[in-house]
Amino acid sequence: MTKENMSVPTIIGTETEFGISVKNAREQDPIAASTLVVNAYKSRNIPTISWDYAQESPLMDARGFMEESQNPSVEDENNSVINDILVNGGRYYVDHAHPEYCTPECSNARDLVKYEKAGELILDLSRLAAEQLLLDNQEIIIYKNNTDYKGHSYGAHENYLMSRKVPFSDIVDGLTPFLVTRQIITGSGKVGAENGADDTDFQISQRADFFEKEVGLSTMVERPLINTRDEPHADSKLYRRLHVIVGDSNMSEFAIYLKVGITAIVLQLIEKGVVGKQFALQEPVAVVKSVSRDLSCKNKIELKDSRKWTAIEIQRAYLELAHQHLSSEERTSIVEDVLEKWDFVLKSLETDPMSLGQHLDWVIKKRLIDAYVARHDFKWSDPRVRMMDLQYHDLRPDKGLYARLLKNGHVERILTHEEIVHAIQHPPLDTRAYFRGTCLRKFPNEIHSVSWNSIIFNGPTGFDKIMMERPHFGTQEIVGELLNTCTVVDLVNQIRTDCK
Amino acid sequence: MPSEKQQEYRDHPANETAEIQPDSELKENVDELTEDLDALLDEIDEILEEDSEEFVENYIQRGGQ
Repeated sequence: MTKENMSVPTIIGTETEFGISVKNAREQDPIAASTLVVNAYKSRNIPTISWDYAQESPLMDARGFMEESQNPSVEDENNSVINDILVNGGRYYVDHAHPEYCTPECSNARDLVKYEKAGELILDLSRLAAEQLLLDNQEIIIYKNNTDYKGHSYGAHENYLMSRKVPFSDIVDGLTPFLVTRQIITGSGKVGAENGADDTDFQISQRADFFEKEVGLSTMVERPLINTRDEPHADSKLYRRLHVIVGDSNMSEFAIYLKVGITAIVLQLIEKGVVGKQFALQEPVAVVKSVSRDLSCKNKIELKDSRKWTAIEIQRAYLELAHQHLSSEERTSIVEDVLEKWDFVLKSLETDPMSLGQHLDWVIKKRLIDAYVARHDFKWSDPRVRMMDLQYHDLRPDKGLYARLLKNGHVERILTHEEIVHAIQHPPLDTRAYFRGTCLRKFPNEIHSVSWNSIIFNGPTGFDKIMMERPHFGTQEIVGELLNTCTVVDLVNQIRTDCK
Repeated sequence: MPSEKQQEYRDHPANETAEIQPDSELKENVDELTEDLDALLDEIDEILEEDSEEFVENYIQRGGQ
Protein backbone atom coordinates (compact mmCIF):
# COMPACT_ATOMS: atom_id res chain seq x y z
CA MET A 1 0.00 0.00 0.00
CA THR A 2 1.48 3.35 -1.02
CA LYS A 3 1.23 6.49 1.02
CA GLU A 4 -0.82 8.13 -1.76
CA ASN A 5 -3.46 5.44 -1.37
CA MET A 6 -3.96 5.03 2.34
CA SER A 7 -7.69 4.26 2.18
CA VAL A 8 -8.61 0.66 2.85
CA PRO A 9 -11.87 -0.94 1.68
CA THR A 10 -14.84 -0.03 3.84
CA ILE A 11 -15.58 -2.67 6.45
CA ILE A 12 -18.16 -1.88 9.15
CA GLY A 13 -19.61 -3.87 12.03
CA THR A 14 -21.68 -2.99 15.08
CA GLU A 15 -22.04 -4.54 18.54
CA THR A 16 -25.23 -3.97 20.48
CA GLU A 17 -25.76 -4.68 24.17
CA PHE A 18 -29.45 -5.06 25.01
CA GLY A 19 -31.26 -4.26 28.24
CA ILE A 20 -33.16 -7.22 29.69
CA SER A 21 -35.87 -7.62 32.30
CA VAL A 22 -38.16 -10.45 33.41
CA LYS A 23 -41.62 -9.24 34.29
CA ASN A 24 -43.09 -10.75 37.47
CA ALA A 25 -39.80 -12.41 38.43
CA ARG A 26 -39.22 -12.65 42.18
CA GLU A 27 -35.85 -11.05 41.68
CA GLN A 28 -34.06 -9.74 38.62
CA ASP A 29 -30.99 -11.73 37.58
CA PRO A 30 -29.82 -10.21 34.28
CA ILE A 31 -26.94 -12.69 33.85
CA ALA A 32 -29.27 -15.68 34.15
CA ALA A 33 -31.86 -14.01 31.91
CA SER A 34 -29.23 -13.17 29.26
CA THR A 35 -27.85 -16.72 29.33
CA LEU A 36 -31.36 -18.15 29.05
CA VAL A 37 -32.16 -15.96 26.04
CA VAL A 38 -28.90 -16.66 24.18
CA ASN A 39 -29.17 -20.40 24.80
CA ALA A 40 -32.81 -20.55 23.79
CA TYR A 41 -31.73 -19.36 20.35
CA LYS A 42 -28.52 -21.36 20.38
CA SER A 43 -30.32 -24.64 20.85
CA ARG A 44 -31.87 -24.02 17.43
CA ASN A 45 -28.41 -24.16 15.90
CA ILE A 46 -25.14 -25.89 16.57
CA PRO A 47 -24.32 -26.71 20.18
CA THR A 48 -20.60 -27.35 20.17
CA ILE A 49 -18.65 -24.55 18.49
CA SER A 50 -16.63 -22.29 20.76
CA TRP A 51 -15.37 -18.75 20.46
CA ASP A 52 -11.60 -18.62 20.07
CA TYR A 53 -10.52 -16.07 22.70
CA ALA A 54 -6.86 -16.60 21.87
CA GLN A 55 -7.31 -14.11 19.04
CA GLU A 56 -8.53 -11.31 21.36
CA SER A 57 -6.49 -8.57 22.99
CA PRO A 58 -8.93 -5.93 24.25
CA LEU A 59 -6.33 -4.30 26.47
CA MET A 60 -3.95 -3.32 23.68
CA ASP A 61 -3.94 0.48 23.40
CA ALA A 62 -3.79 2.20 19.99
CA ARG A 63 -1.30 4.69 21.39
CA GLY A 64 1.23 1.88 21.68
CA PHE A 65 1.09 0.38 25.15
CA MET A 66 -0.55 -2.67 26.68
CA GLU A 67 -2.65 -2.52 29.86
CA GLU A 68 -1.40 -4.91 32.49
CA SER A 69 -4.13 -7.41 33.05
CA GLN A 70 -5.07 -10.89 31.99
CA ASN A 71 -6.68 -11.43 28.60
CA PRO A 72 -10.21 -12.67 28.95
CA SER A 73 -10.33 -16.40 29.10
CA VAL A 74 -13.40 -18.51 29.38
CA GLU A 75 -13.42 -22.07 30.61
CA ASP A 76 -14.21 -24.54 27.83
CA GLU A 77 -17.36 -25.64 29.56
CA ASN A 78 -18.73 -22.09 29.73
CA ASN A 79 -17.53 -21.00 26.34
CA SER A 80 -20.18 -22.67 24.25
CA VAL A 81 -22.84 -21.82 26.85
CA ILE A 82 -22.37 -18.08 26.43
CA ASN A 83 -21.36 -17.93 22.77
CA ASP A 84 -23.36 -18.51 19.62
CA ILE A 85 -21.62 -18.06 16.30
CA LEU A 86 -24.25 -17.30 13.71
CA VAL A 87 -24.63 -18.61 10.18
CA ASN A 88 -25.00 -15.01 9.00
CA GLY A 89 -21.39 -14.52 10.09
CA GLY A 90 -22.30 -12.58 13.24
CA ARG A 91 -21.91 -13.42 16.91
CA TYR A 92 -24.51 -13.62 19.68
CA TYR A 93 -23.37 -13.99 23.27
CA VAL A 94 -23.63 -12.97 26.90
CA ASP A 95 -21.44 -9.98 27.65
CA HIS A 96 -21.32 -9.11 31.35
CA ALA A 97 -25.02 -8.95 32.21
CA HIS A 98 -26.43 -8.25 28.75
CA PRO A 99 -27.24 -10.23 25.64
CA GLU A 100 -25.03 -8.85 22.89
CA TYR A 101 -25.31 -9.17 19.13
CA CYS A 102 -22.46 -8.38 16.73
CA THR A 103 -23.18 -8.01 13.04
CA PRO A 104 -20.94 -9.74 10.53
CA GLU A 105 -18.43 -7.55 8.71
CA CYS A 106 -20.27 -5.46 6.10
CA SER A 107 -18.85 -3.58 3.12
CA ASN A 108 -21.42 -0.78 3.10
CA ALA A 109 -23.97 1.09 5.22
CA ARG A 110 -27.00 -0.56 3.68
CA ASP A 111 -25.81 -4.09 4.50
CA LEU A 112 -24.95 -2.95 8.00
CA VAL A 113 -28.55 -1.79 8.59
CA LYS A 114 -29.78 -5.14 7.29
CA TYR A 115 -27.61 -7.20 9.62
CA GLU A 116 -28.17 -4.98 12.66
CA LYS A 117 -31.94 -5.24 12.12
CA ALA A 118 -31.63 -9.03 11.60
CA GLY A 119 -30.04 -9.06 15.06
CA GLU A 120 -33.16 -7.50 16.55
CA LEU A 121 -35.24 -10.31 15.03
CA ILE A 122 -32.81 -12.89 16.45
CA LEU A 123 -33.20 -11.36 19.91
CA ASP A 124 -36.97 -11.41 19.58
CA LEU A 125 -36.99 -15.05 18.40
CA SER A 126 -34.77 -15.87 21.39
CA ARG A 127 -37.19 -14.14 23.73
CA LEU A 128 -40.12 -16.17 22.41
CA ALA A 129 -38.17 -19.43 22.75
CA ALA A 130 -36.90 -18.57 26.25
CA GLU A 131 -40.37 -17.69 27.50
CA GLN A 132 -41.43 -21.31 26.98
CA LEU A 133 -39.17 -22.12 29.93
CA LEU A 134 -40.61 -19.54 32.29
CA LEU A 135 -43.62 -19.56 34.60
CA ASP A 136 -46.88 -18.60 32.91
CA ASN A 137 -47.07 -15.12 34.35
CA GLN A 138 -43.47 -14.22 33.52
CA GLU A 139 -42.42 -12.33 30.44
CA ILE A 140 -39.01 -11.40 29.11
CA ILE A 141 -38.62 -7.88 27.80
CA ILE A 142 -35.61 -6.87 25.74
CA TYR A 143 -34.77 -3.23 25.08
CA LYS A 144 -32.47 -1.90 22.41
CA ASN A 145 -31.54 1.21 24.37
CA ASN A 146 -28.52 2.37 26.35
CA THR A 147 -29.58 3.19 29.88
CA ASP A 148 -31.72 2.22 32.87
CA TYR A 149 -32.06 5.94 33.82
CA LYS A 150 -30.23 5.22 37.06
CA GLY A 151 -26.70 5.80 35.86
CA HIS A 152 -26.08 2.38 34.30
CA SER A 153 -25.29 2.54 30.61
CA TYR A 154 -24.69 -0.21 28.09
CA GLY A 155 -23.28 0.31 24.67
CA ALA A 156 -23.86 0.32 20.97
CA HIS A 157 -20.40 0.17 19.49
CA GLU A 158 -19.38 0.69 15.89
CA ASN A 159 -16.23 -0.72 14.28
CA TYR A 160 -14.51 0.58 11.18
CA LEU A 161 -11.49 -0.90 9.43
CA MET A 162 -8.76 1.68 8.89
CA SER A 163 -5.26 1.77 7.51
CA ARG A 164 -2.57 1.19 10.13
CA LYS A 165 -0.59 4.00 8.48
CA VAL A 166 -2.90 6.70 9.82
CA PRO A 167 -1.40 8.04 13.06
CA PHE A 168 -3.88 7.61 15.92
CA SER A 169 -3.52 11.29 16.83
CA ASP A 170 -4.90 12.21 13.36
CA ILE A 171 -7.98 10.12 14.11
CA VAL A 172 -8.46 11.85 17.47
CA ASP A 173 -8.06 15.33 15.90
CA GLY A 174 -10.25 14.72 12.88
CA LEU A 175 -12.98 12.60 14.42
CA THR A 176 -13.73 14.27 17.78
CA PRO A 177 -15.65 17.34 16.48
CA PHE A 178 -17.57 15.06 14.11
CA LEU A 179 -18.58 12.55 16.79
CA VAL A 180 -19.51 15.24 19.32
CA THR A 181 -21.95 16.83 16.82
CA ARG A 182 -23.07 13.66 15.00
CA GLN A 183 -25.69 13.01 17.70
CA ILE A 184 -28.07 15.57 16.11
CA ILE A 185 -28.54 12.87 13.46
CA THR A 186 -27.88 9.70 15.42
CA GLY A 187 -29.26 10.42 18.91
CA SER A 188 -32.05 8.15 20.14
CA GLY A 189 -33.49 10.68 22.58
CA LYS A 190 -33.75 10.39 26.36
CA VAL A 191 -36.13 11.67 29.03
CA GLY A 192 -34.14 13.32 31.83
CA ALA A 193 -30.46 13.40 32.76
CA GLU A 194 -28.02 11.04 34.51
CA ASN A 195 -24.56 10.64 35.91
CA GLY A 196 -24.56 14.08 37.56
CA ALA A 197 -25.17 15.96 34.29
CA ASP A 198 -27.42 19.06 34.15
CA ASP A 199 -31.10 18.25 34.50
CA THR A 200 -33.32 18.43 31.44
CA ASP A 201 -36.78 17.20 30.40
CA PHE A 202 -35.56 15.61 27.19
CA GLN A 203 -32.22 15.35 25.45
CA ILE A 204 -31.03 14.18 22.03
CA SER A 205 -28.66 11.39 23.11
CA GLN A 206 -29.00 8.38 25.40
CA ARG A 207 -25.25 8.18 25.96
CA ALA A 208 -24.01 11.81 26.11
CA ASP A 209 -24.22 12.06 29.93
CA PHE A 210 -21.79 9.16 30.31
CA PHE A 211 -18.72 10.59 28.58
CA GLU A 212 -16.09 11.98 30.91
CA LYS A 213 -12.83 12.26 28.98
CA GLU A 214 -11.53 12.87 25.48
CA VAL A 215 -9.39 9.79 24.82
CA GLY A 216 -8.92 6.49 26.67
CA LEU A 217 -9.05 2.71 26.72
CA SER A 218 -11.95 2.10 29.10
CA THR A 219 -15.45 1.41 27.84
CA MET A 220 -17.14 0.89 31.21
CA VAL A 221 -15.99 3.70 33.53
CA GLU A 222 -14.81 7.22 32.73
CA ARG A 223 -15.89 6.60 29.18
CA PRO A 224 -13.86 8.45 26.52
CA LEU A 225 -15.18 10.15 23.37
CA ILE A 226 -12.47 8.34 21.40
CA ASN A 227 -11.74 4.79 22.47
CA THR A 228 -8.17 3.57 22.02
CA ARG A 229 -8.78 -0.18 22.02
CA ASP A 230 -6.32 -1.58 19.48
CA GLU A 231 -7.58 -5.01 18.61
CA PRO A 232 -7.84 -5.15 14.81
CA HIS A 233 -9.09 -8.75 14.44
CA ALA A 234 -7.07 -8.62 11.20
CA ASP A 235 -3.47 -8.19 10.05
CA SER A 236 -2.20 -5.66 12.58
CA LYS A 237 0.59 -4.51 10.29
CA LEU A 238 -1.94 -3.29 7.74
CA TYR A 239 -5.04 -2.41 9.71
CA ARG A 240 -6.54 -0.94 12.78
CA ARG A 241 -10.15 -1.33 13.86
CA LEU A 242 -11.52 1.94 15.12
CA HIS A 243 -13.90 1.21 17.99
CA VAL A 244 -16.49 4.00 18.29
CA ILE A 245 -18.32 3.86 21.62
CA VAL A 246 -20.01 7.26 21.70
CA GLY A 247 -23.12 6.36 19.67
CA ASP A 248 -26.66 5.44 20.75
CA SER A 249 -28.60 2.30 19.87
CA ASN A 250 -30.86 3.26 17.00
CA MET A 251 -34.25 1.81 16.15
CA SER A 252 -34.65 3.86 12.96
CA GLU A 253 -33.16 2.19 9.87
CA PHE A 254 -32.58 5.65 8.41
CA ALA A 255 -30.58 6.72 11.50
CA ILE A 256 -28.42 3.55 11.53
CA TYR A 257 -27.77 3.98 7.81
CA LEU A 258 -26.63 7.57 8.17
CA LYS A 259 -24.69 6.90 11.39
CA VAL A 260 -22.37 4.32 9.87
CA GLY A 261 -22.50 5.78 6.36
CA ILE A 262 -21.29 9.26 7.28
CA THR A 263 -18.80 8.00 9.85
CA ALA A 264 -17.16 5.69 7.30
CA ILE A 265 -16.92 8.66 4.91
CA VAL A 266 -15.32 10.91 7.54
CA LEU A 267 -12.77 8.20 8.34
CA GLN A 268 -11.87 8.06 4.64
CA LEU A 269 -11.33 11.82 4.75
CA ILE A 270 -9.05 11.38 7.76
CA GLU A 271 -7.12 8.65 5.92
CA LYS A 272 -6.68 11.05 3.03
CA GLY A 273 -5.32 13.68 5.40
CA VAL A 274 -7.93 16.32 4.51
CA VAL A 275 -9.39 16.55 8.01
CA GLY A 276 -6.91 17.63 10.62
CA LYS A 277 -7.28 20.02 13.52
CA GLN A 278 -9.34 22.61 11.63
CA PHE A 279 -12.55 21.86 13.57
CA ALA A 280 -10.93 21.24 16.99
CA LEU A 281 -13.34 22.14 19.79
CA GLN A 282 -12.53 24.12 22.91
CA GLU A 283 -14.18 21.67 25.34
CA PRO A 284 -15.43 18.54 23.57
CA VAL A 285 -16.50 16.65 26.72
CA ALA A 286 -18.71 19.55 27.86
CA VAL A 287 -19.96 20.10 24.31
CA VAL A 288 -21.18 16.51 23.91
CA LYS A 289 -23.60 17.20 26.80
CA SER A 290 -24.62 20.71 25.67
CA VAL A 291 -25.31 19.57 22.10
CA SER A 292 -27.45 16.76 23.52
CA ARG A 293 -29.55 19.39 25.35
CA ASP A 294 -29.94 21.79 22.41
CA LEU A 295 -33.09 20.58 20.65
CA SER A 296 -32.85 23.50 18.21
CA CYS A 297 -29.39 22.25 17.12
CA LYS A 298 -28.48 25.92 16.66
CA ASN A 299 -26.53 26.92 19.77
CA LYS A 300 -23.01 28.09 19.01
CA ILE A 301 -20.07 25.86 19.91
CA GLU A 302 -16.67 27.38 20.49
CA LEU A 303 -13.81 26.04 18.40
CA LYS A 304 -10.21 26.15 19.62
CA ASP A 305 -9.45 29.02 17.24
CA SER A 306 -12.36 31.04 18.73
CA ARG A 307 -14.74 30.56 15.79
CA LYS A 308 -18.28 29.80 16.92
CA TRP A 309 -20.26 27.27 14.88
CA THR A 310 -23.48 25.34 15.38
CA ALA A 311 -23.52 21.53 15.39
CA ILE A 312 -25.26 21.68 12.01
CA GLU A 313 -22.51 23.91 10.60
CA ILE A 314 -19.78 21.56 11.81
CA GLN A 315 -21.55 18.59 10.20
CA ARG A 316 -22.01 20.65 7.01
CA ALA A 317 -18.26 21.37 6.91
CA TYR A 318 -17.48 17.62 6.96
CA LEU A 319 -20.08 17.01 4.24
CA GLU A 320 -18.49 19.67 2.04
CA LEU A 321 -15.06 18.07 2.46
CA ALA A 322 -16.57 14.76 1.38
CA HIS A 323 -17.97 16.38 -1.77
CA GLN A 324 -14.56 17.87 -2.53
CA HIS A 325 -12.31 14.91 -1.81
CA LEU A 326 -14.04 11.57 -2.42
CA SER A 327 -12.85 10.04 -5.69
CA SER A 328 -15.25 8.76 -8.32
CA GLU A 329 -14.43 5.14 -7.37
CA GLU A 330 -15.21 5.91 -3.73
CA ARG A 331 -18.56 7.43 -4.67
CA THR A 332 -20.49 4.18 -5.02
CA SER A 333 -24.26 4.42 -5.40
CA ILE A 334 -24.67 3.84 -1.66
CA VAL A 335 -22.09 6.50 -0.78
CA GLU A 336 -23.88 8.94 -3.13
CA ASP A 337 -27.17 8.12 -1.43
CA VAL A 338 -25.62 8.63 2.02
CA LEU A 339 -24.28 12.04 0.94
CA GLU A 340 -27.71 13.07 -0.34
CA LYS A 341 -29.48 11.99 2.82
CA TRP A 342 -26.84 13.68 4.99
CA ASP A 343 -27.49 16.93 3.10
CA PHE A 344 -31.28 16.47 3.36
CA VAL A 345 -31.08 15.93 7.12
CA LEU A 346 -28.85 18.95 7.72
CA LYS A 347 -31.19 21.15 5.66
CA SER A 348 -34.21 19.84 7.56
CA LEU A 349 -32.53 20.35 10.94
CA GLU A 350 -31.75 23.91 9.88
CA THR A 351 -35.39 24.58 8.93
CA ASP A 352 -37.22 22.62 11.63
CA PRO A 353 -35.78 19.59 13.47
CA MET A 354 -39.31 18.36 14.22
CA SER A 355 -39.85 17.83 10.47
CA LEU A 356 -37.69 14.70 10.78
CA GLY A 357 -40.35 12.81 12.74
CA GLN A 358 -40.18 9.86 10.38
CA HIS A 359 -36.40 9.71 10.12
CA LEU A 360 -34.42 10.34 13.30
CA ASP A 361 -35.04 8.43 16.53
CA TRP A 362 -34.79 11.43 18.84
CA VAL A 363 -37.33 13.39 16.78
CA ILE A 364 -39.69 10.42 16.31
CA LYS A 365 -39.62 9.83 20.07
CA LYS A 366 -39.96 13.51 21.00
CA ARG A 367 -42.98 14.03 18.75
CA LEU A 368 -44.69 10.97 20.18
CA ILE A 369 -44.06 11.96 23.79
CA ASP A 370 -45.02 15.61 23.11
CA ALA A 371 -48.37 14.49 21.75
CA TYR A 372 -48.99 12.08 24.63
CA VAL A 373 -47.99 14.63 27.25
CA ALA A 374 -50.34 17.18 25.64
CA ARG A 375 -53.24 14.73 25.47
CA HIS A 376 -53.05 13.73 29.14
CA ASP A 377 -51.62 16.96 30.50
CA PHE A 378 -48.72 15.04 32.07
CA LYS A 379 -45.59 16.58 33.51
CA TRP A 380 -42.28 15.43 31.98
CA SER A 381 -41.42 13.95 35.36
CA ASP A 382 -44.42 11.59 35.18
CA PRO A 383 -43.26 7.95 35.25
CA ARG A 384 -45.51 7.24 32.25
CA VAL A 385 -43.34 9.61 30.21
CA ARG A 386 -40.19 7.68 31.14
CA MET A 387 -42.08 4.46 30.44
CA MET A 388 -42.78 5.69 26.89
CA ASP A 389 -39.10 6.45 26.44
CA LEU A 390 -38.16 2.91 27.53
CA GLN A 391 -40.96 1.23 25.63
CA TYR A 392 -39.94 2.95 22.39
CA HIS A 393 -36.99 0.50 22.42
CA ASP A 394 -39.01 -2.62 23.39
CA LEU A 395 -38.33 -5.26 20.71
CA ARG A 396 -41.73 -6.95 21.05
CA PRO A 397 -43.64 -6.20 17.82
CA ASP A 398 -46.95 -5.74 19.65
CA LYS A 399 -45.61 -3.63 22.54
CA GLY A 400 -42.66 -1.62 21.27
CA LEU A 401 -43.63 1.94 20.37
CA TYR A 402 -41.12 2.14 17.52
CA ALA A 403 -42.36 -1.26 16.33
CA ARG A 404 -45.94 0.03 16.23
CA LEU A 405 -44.91 3.09 14.23
CA LEU A 406 -43.05 0.86 11.79
CA LYS A 407 -45.99 -1.49 11.47
CA ASN A 408 -48.28 1.41 10.62
CA GLY A 409 -45.86 2.73 8.00
CA HIS A 410 -44.94 5.91 9.89
CA VAL A 411 -41.15 5.64 9.78
CA GLU A 412 -38.78 5.84 6.87
CA ARG A 413 -37.32 2.51 5.82
CA ILE A 414 -34.08 1.61 4.10
CA LEU A 415 -34.90 -2.08 3.60
CA THR A 416 -37.82 -4.41 3.19
CA HIS A 417 -38.80 -6.79 5.97
CA GLU A 418 -38.01 -9.72 3.67
CA GLU A 419 -34.42 -8.56 3.19
CA ILE A 420 -33.95 -8.39 6.95
CA VAL A 421 -35.42 -11.86 7.52
CA HIS A 422 -33.10 -13.23 4.81
CA ALA A 423 -30.10 -11.78 6.67
CA ILE A 424 -30.80 -13.97 9.73
CA GLN A 425 -29.61 -17.04 7.85
CA HIS A 426 -27.32 -15.69 5.12
CA PRO A 427 -23.98 -13.90 5.45
CA PRO A 428 -22.95 -10.85 3.38
CA LEU A 429 -21.38 -12.04 0.12
CA ASP A 430 -18.51 -9.59 -0.11
CA THR A 431 -16.52 -9.87 3.16
CA ARG A 432 -14.83 -12.71 5.06
CA ALA A 433 -18.18 -13.18 6.89
CA TYR A 434 -19.18 -15.11 3.76
CA PHE A 435 -16.44 -17.67 4.42
CA ARG A 436 -17.25 -17.90 8.13
CA GLY A 437 -21.02 -18.16 7.69
CA THR A 438 -20.84 -20.61 4.81
CA CYS A 439 -18.38 -22.89 6.67
CA LEU A 440 -20.66 -22.85 9.72
CA ARG A 441 -23.59 -23.89 7.59
CA LYS A 442 -21.70 -26.47 5.58
CA PHE A 443 -19.37 -28.02 8.16
CA PRO A 444 -21.11 -27.56 11.53
CA ASN A 445 -19.66 -30.78 12.94
CA GLU A 446 -16.13 -30.18 11.73
CA ILE A 447 -15.51 -26.76 13.28
CA HIS A 448 -13.95 -26.57 16.73
CA SER A 449 -13.92 -22.83 17.25
CA VAL A 450 -14.20 -19.50 15.53
CA SER A 451 -13.04 -15.93 16.04
CA TRP A 452 -13.35 -12.87 13.85
CA ASN A 453 -10.12 -13.72 12.04
CA SER A 454 -9.82 -17.49 12.35
CA ILE A 455 -11.59 -20.80 12.06
CA ILE A 456 -10.24 -23.95 13.69
CA PHE A 457 -11.44 -27.03 11.84
CA ASN A 458 -11.51 -30.38 13.55
CA GLY A 459 -11.56 -32.63 10.52
CA PRO A 460 -10.42 -36.19 9.89
CA THR A 461 -6.76 -35.11 9.95
CA GLY A 462 -6.92 -33.23 13.25
CA PHE A 463 -7.02 -29.53 14.09
CA ASP A 464 -6.36 -27.01 11.31
CA LYS A 465 -6.44 -23.31 11.96
CA ILE A 466 -7.26 -21.06 9.01
CA MET A 467 -6.50 -17.39 9.56
CA MET A 468 -8.59 -14.71 7.82
CA GLU A 469 -6.43 -11.63 8.25
CA ARG A 470 -7.99 -9.57 5.46
CA PRO A 471 -11.65 -8.78 6.16
CA HIS A 472 -12.48 -8.03 2.51
CA PHE A 473 -11.26 -11.48 1.37
CA GLY A 474 -13.10 -14.78 1.82
CA THR A 475 -15.92 -13.44 -0.37
CA GLN A 476 -18.33 -15.40 -2.51
CA GLU A 477 -16.37 -14.26 -5.55
CA ILE A 478 -13.11 -15.67 -4.18
CA VAL A 479 -14.18 -18.82 -2.32
CA GLY A 480 -17.78 -19.44 -3.42
CA GLU A 481 -17.01 -22.10 -5.98
CA LEU A 482 -14.51 -23.89 -3.75
CA LEU A 483 -16.95 -24.00 -0.83
CA ASN A 484 -19.70 -25.33 -3.06
CA THR A 485 -17.85 -28.51 -3.89
CA CYS A 486 -15.21 -29.27 -1.27
CA THR A 487 -14.86 -31.26 1.93
CA VAL A 488 -13.04 -29.81 4.94
CA VAL A 489 -9.90 -31.75 3.96
CA ASP A 490 -10.05 -30.36 0.40
CA LEU A 491 -10.63 -26.88 1.75
CA VAL A 492 -7.69 -26.94 4.14
CA ASN A 493 -5.40 -28.48 1.50
CA GLN A 494 -6.45 -25.97 -1.12
CA ILE A 495 -5.85 -23.02 1.21
CA ARG A 496 -2.47 -24.47 2.25
CA THR A 497 -1.45 -24.82 -1.42
CA ASP A 498 -2.61 -21.28 -2.25
CA CYS A 499 -0.63 -19.85 0.67
CA LYS A 500 2.65 -21.45 -0.41
CA MET B 1 -52.01 -7.81 7.43
CA PRO B 2 -49.55 -5.18 6.33
CA SER B 3 -51.01 -1.72 5.94
CA GLU B 4 -51.34 -0.28 2.46
CA LYS B 5 -48.40 1.98 3.09
CA GLN B 6 -46.22 -0.88 4.24
CA GLN B 7 -47.22 -2.88 1.19
CA GLU B 8 -46.15 0.05 -0.94
CA TYR B 9 -42.74 0.01 0.74
CA ARG B 10 -42.34 -3.65 -0.02
CA ASP B 11 -43.28 -3.28 -3.65
CA HIS B 12 -40.54 -0.78 -4.36
CA PRO B 13 -36.83 -1.42 -4.55
CA ALA B 14 -35.32 -0.23 -1.29
CA ASN B 15 -33.30 2.59 -2.84
CA GLU B 16 -36.41 4.23 -4.20
CA THR B 17 -38.35 4.03 -0.98
CA ALA B 18 -35.69 5.86 0.92
CA GLU B 19 -35.30 8.70 -1.56
CA ILE B 20 -35.33 12.27 -0.40
CA GLN B 21 -38.78 13.75 -0.47
CA PRO B 22 -39.47 17.26 -1.66
CA ASP B 23 -40.55 19.62 1.13
CA SER B 24 -44.23 19.75 0.13
CA GLU B 25 -44.57 15.99 0.08
CA LEU B 26 -42.83 15.71 3.42
CA LYS B 27 -45.21 18.22 4.90
CA GLU B 28 -48.20 16.22 3.72
CA ASN B 29 -46.74 13.16 5.33
CA VAL B 30 -46.21 15.04 8.57
CA ASP B 31 -49.88 16.15 8.55
CA GLU B 32 -50.90 12.62 7.85
CA LEU B 33 -48.66 11.51 10.67
CA THR B 34 -50.37 13.90 13.07
CA GLU B 35 -53.75 12.33 12.26
CA ASP B 36 -52.38 8.84 12.61
CA LEU B 37 -50.61 9.90 15.77
CA ASP B 38 -54.01 10.24 17.42
CA ALA B 39 -54.75 6.63 16.61
CA LEU B 40 -51.34 5.65 17.90
CA LEU B 41 -51.90 7.58 21.14
CA ASP B 42 -55.03 5.50 21.67
CA GLU B 43 -52.89 2.41 21.18
CA ILE B 44 -50.31 3.69 23.63
CA ASP B 45 -53.03 4.06 26.25
CA GLU B 46 -53.65 0.35 25.77
CA ILE B 47 -50.13 -1.02 25.50
CA LEU B 48 -48.11 1.16 27.87
CA GLU B 49 -46.89 -1.05 30.71
CA GLU B 50 -49.34 -0.87 33.60
CA ASP B 51 -48.04 0.59 36.79
CA SER B 52 -45.36 2.54 34.96
CA GLU B 53 -43.98 3.98 38.16
CA GLU B 54 -43.11 0.59 39.65
CA PHE B 55 -41.94 -0.75 36.30
CA VAL B 56 -39.54 2.11 35.66
CA GLU B 57 -38.35 2.00 39.27
CA ASN B 58 -37.54 -1.71 39.04
CA TYR B 59 -35.79 -1.51 35.68
CA ILE B 60 -32.20 -1.73 36.86
CA GLN B 61 -29.37 -2.93 34.66
CA ARG B 62 -25.73 -3.56 35.35
CA GLY B 63 -23.47 -1.13 33.59
CA GLY B 64 -22.12 -2.50 30.33
CA GLN B 65 -19.63 -1.11 27.89
